[in-house]
Amino acid sequence: MNGIPYFPGCSLKDTASGFEESAFFVMEALGLPLVELDRWNCCGTVYSLTADDLMHHVASVRNFVRVREMGADEVVALCAMCYNTLARVARRIDGDPDARDKINAFMNQEDDYEGGVAVIHLLDILRERIGSDAIADATARPLDGLVVAPYYGCTLVRPKEVSVDDSERPTVMADLFEATGAAAVAFPFATECCGTYQVVDRPELSLERSYRVLRSAAGTGAHVVATACPLCQHNLEQAQREFGGGEGHIGELTIAYFTEILAAALGAEPERLPEGLRSLLETHVTIEGGA
Amino acid sequence: MENGKMTQIYIMGKAYDVPTGITIMDAMEYAGYRFTRGAGCRSGFCGACGTVYRKDGEYRLEFALACQEMVEEGMHLTQLPFTPAPRPSYVLDELDPRENVLLQYFPEIARCVSCNTCTKACPQDIEVMDYIQAALRGDLEKTAELSFDCIQCGLCAMRCPADIKHYHVGQMARRLYGVSASPEPEHLKVRMAELREHKYEAALDELVAMDLDGLKARYAERQIEAASEEGS
Repeated sequence: MNGIPYFPGCSLKDTASGFEESAFFVMEALGLPLVELDRWNCCGTVYSLTADDLMHHVASVRNFVRVREMGADEVVALCAMCYNTLARVARRIDGDPDARDKINAFMNQEDDYEGGVAVIHLLDILRERIGSDAIADATARPLDGLVVAPYYGCTLVRPKEVSVDDSERPTVMADLFEATGAAAVAFPFATECCGTYQVVDRPELSLERSYRVLRSAAGTGAHVVATACPLCQHNLEQAQREFGGGEGHIGELTIAYFTEILAAALGAEPERLPEGLRSLLETHVTIEGGA
Repeated sequence: MENGKMTQIYIMGKAYDVPTGITIMDAMEYAGYRFTRGAGCRSGFCGACGTVYRKDGEYRLEFALACQEMVEEGMHLTQLPFTPAPRPSYVLDELDPRENVLLQYFPEIARCVSCNTCTKACPQDIEVMDYIQAALRGDLEKTAELSFDCIQCGLCAMRCPADIKHYHVGQMARRLYGVSASPEPEHLKVRMAELREHKYEAALDELVAMDLDGLKARYAERQIEAASEEGS
């Protein structure tokens, strides 16, 4: 296979299509294209913590079966929530043969899953298989002058067993942005929760949490907050709409997927980028040979 | 039917001997049941006769169309005349297919845990779970495509632990896809214009006025393949 098997997840086919499109662009530009699984289903959204609740792991296991059907043994996720769910189920099933047998017995009349599929986040691929040097080399539009605040939220870095980086002080996103010439700033709320699904039942709770994240990011002087999760992105945008003009000028922040920022650096046409990022490129990025 | 041989089956627990090699539906009628509902085309197309049965010695319940599945020795049968699943009403022209309309009308699809029980119940061998998953992510085209062979028997909905009404979701997707995305066929435009101009009314009046023998003669003479008329 020329590329890496890729699990999109439902949101990337719907509300977060910009996340996927920019990731396709980035990986194509870096010579390691994402190859969408021939068949896939919802990851199961949220890893069930109840020890005997195997039913809610079936969705992830079924996706691993699809990975195997393509003759592969690894799969890349973009959405932080999908990544977290798939990676934790993979760990559970690989380390618990009884649970695997039960799930296989339930899925009877179908192919068994024998374990062993590795779930990897795109950030990990960019760091380990592409590397900052290659990203610097491929940068067609250096982002000098742009200040990015990488926001990780919870599911990329917790629990530790599936964290894409140091759980307390992750730098994987910052390293990638710096390779493009941008400045990356750490901020205290970079790994705080955005409020996740509370947005459905108790929106005031997720609004408050997301507001704190934005205020903290705005305090660093960042132009753009980078996200890796459609739900984080949604909650931060909601909070910005609600409290846009308030303390810390959170209304001036652009909120974009990390892949959109990388796509900008790797030369994506401006019309393929979200509006906020497009205008930032015009106002803050020093155009080579220009003003 | 194999001449003279008989097969023993159980209908709602009671034993009957029925001729070997007949369908579940024929077997139940042979045993004296009369279907006023839960039977339709008797050719595997209409979906009215979805049924559940169990083979002798098996623990698993199986699903089929009663008009298609042959009886086997020791089979346990019943008939499901109807699937009482609710179907929301909607006006296609008022919907915006760019929104995730399917999720709005059928929010329960978000409860799918990918158990695949629906797929295993489908007598049409449709990948039911996969089209529900496509619906969940707003992929109208894939939902319509994968569910295309659905005959609305409702067995998927009868089995779903999440109470999803798959067959209604698929139907809505096909309708939405039909009006919004698939090109309007040329021959349909022509035929619609002809109908608006009342082109076939005189022919229809002639048939209505005809006596039974005349109708029978017409029926016997009818052209079965419309294509032959157009020479294509």
